[in-house]
Amino acid sequence: MTLSTQQRDQDSQYVLIAKLDNVRNVSTILKAIHSKDREIATVFASENGLKVTVETAKCIQANAFLQSEVFQEYRLKENNISFQINLTILMECLNIFGSNTAGGAAPALKMCYGGYGTPLMLLLEELGVVTDCSIKTLEPDETLDFNFCSANVVNKIIMKSECLTDAFQELDMTSEVLEILMSPDKPYLRLSTFGHCGTTFSDFPKESDMVESFQCTTTQTNRYKLSLIKPSVKALSVSSKVSMRTDHRGFLSLQYMIRNEDGQVCFVEYYCAPDEEAEDEDYD
Amino acid sequence: MKFRAKTEEISNIEQLIRVCGSIGKMTQLCVLRISEQNMFFILNDKVVHGGVWCQMNPDNFFEEYRMEGLSEESNEIYLEVSPDEIVQALKTGTYAAKTLKVKLTKKSSPCLTFEIELPSQSGRIQTFIHDVPVNVLPKRLWSDYKEPLVPQFDISVAMPPLKSLKSVTERLKNLGSYMELSANHNGDMRMRVETEQATVSVNFKDLEIVHVDNGSSQSQPQNRMMGRFYGAKVDIKNLLMFLSGQLVNPSRIICNIMENRAIHCFLIQEDVSIQYCMPVINN
Repeated sequence: MTLSTQQRDQDSQYVLIAKLDNVRNVSTILKAIHSKDREIATVFASENGLKVTVETAKCIQANAFLQSEVFQEYRLKENNISFQINLTILMECLNIFGSNTAGGAAPALKMCYGGYGTPLMLLLEELGVVTDCSIKTLEPDETLDFNFCSANVVNKIIMKSECLTDAFQELDMTSEVLEILMSPDKPYLRLSTFGHCGTTFSDFPKESDMVESFQCTTTQTNRYKLSLIKPSVKALSVSSKVSMRTDHRGFLSLQYMIRNEDGQVCFVEYYCAPDEEAEDEDYD
Repeated sequence: MKFRAKTEEISNIEQLIRVCGSIGKMTQLCVLRISEQNMFFILNDKVVHGGVWCQMNPDNFFEEYRMEGLSEESNEIYLEVSPDEIVQALKTGTYAAKTLKVKLTKKSSPCLTFEIELPSQSGRIQTFIHDVPVNVLPKRLWSDYKEPLVPQFDISVAMPPLKSLKSVTERLKNLGSYMELSANHNGDMRMRVETEQATVSVNFKDLEIVHVDNGSSQSQPQNRMMGRFYGAKVDIKNLLMFLSGQLVNPSRIICNIMENRAIHCFLIQEDVSIQYCMPVINN
């Protein structure tokens, strides 16, 4: 019996089966939330698709959404499956045939999960070469609820990612914090860092072509730990648009729109708690 | 002892750089054995790096090749040398060299002297001389560097294309330190890494099984089950060193496996053959 027919017979034992013709549609999205210091990810599977969450220092949460339409086949036997997995290992397995995004035949993926306590099984195939992976899963931890709801959003800017990418890549990493100012009046949007060599501001005029929507109601200045927010630049560089929102508590939400190779749109979201009770310039 | 060789072809110099570079990837120090018919780079280390046996036909590298060994009966020279230093010396000659001369010389210590002639811009000939120190091995040590005995292997398989093999091996290295390399007589080859956190196995199929005819193997095939995998565990770093050392695309690599005992890779390029015996990890 060949490997693939064996697999088919075993399909009935899995509670989650997802198939995909192009593994890069998953790996690019997961890469956007992966960084070396955040290895453990929680995976939630529902009938809408997969949500993969990583958290750092209990104050940053990154979510990647892979809606069920991304997969050519998506079958779920139980509702609300969740487990934790080492994202670094998962990424290495997904990229086993190389991670170059430039054209060429992309490997196909089949992902199976047998339920609580079982490993996540991956089957990748490229040009007749088949890779079987079995990755241990861990007990799911509770993830943070940032309680960020759109009703409480005070400021929101949607812009093209490229204009933020440059600013983010040039951030002065000697600064401990990144200060984000959003305001209905000048300077509208300002990113500031306070490093060893001085203070840097980057201003973004709201009339710029890069800014697609500008809805700021209150002047708000918040500080976020730069080292924690910096990894989101990965998401920024693969996305086409970004929505930056803050709520009345100063919590920051960054939503990235990522278009995959099949033209589907996926979202990656970062939530970030403010670094401290900023000395309020928010007179209300 | 005398040794002298000369070439006027840049392509020969470049090929020499590639071969020495490949060897240099695997070892800092090796033995260069010079005989009338052949030149060899030999590494005899069974434990850490594994054994390397690289055979070259000097006619493919040099137009002039003359040597005089220790004596008439033992007409050979054994030199301990660093392949990287040879590469350094030869690199002067890339792109423009007119001639390359290699000589065994006796300066303050024995040296391989590389004499490279380069035309300068004004048209004059510049000569660059590099002395690579060598250690002449006495005859009593020669027996340590005999051609490795090729044991009776359980299976010999032609490896998949180097490029895909290398990229997969690089990924597997990130997952664990050791790999079980195995193959069966249906032409399947498996690279398997098992760690506490994950098990990953890459399966290549439809590979050519090489039948080595050496008399005694005649009776063997019947009692070999077709689907049974024969394998051994190796350090992924060693395999990767061997694979990344090959700077040119070899026509084929044959992997010989002796269950839990030996993995022996045999690589053939037009004018060079490299054998690599990987240390096997037993647990």
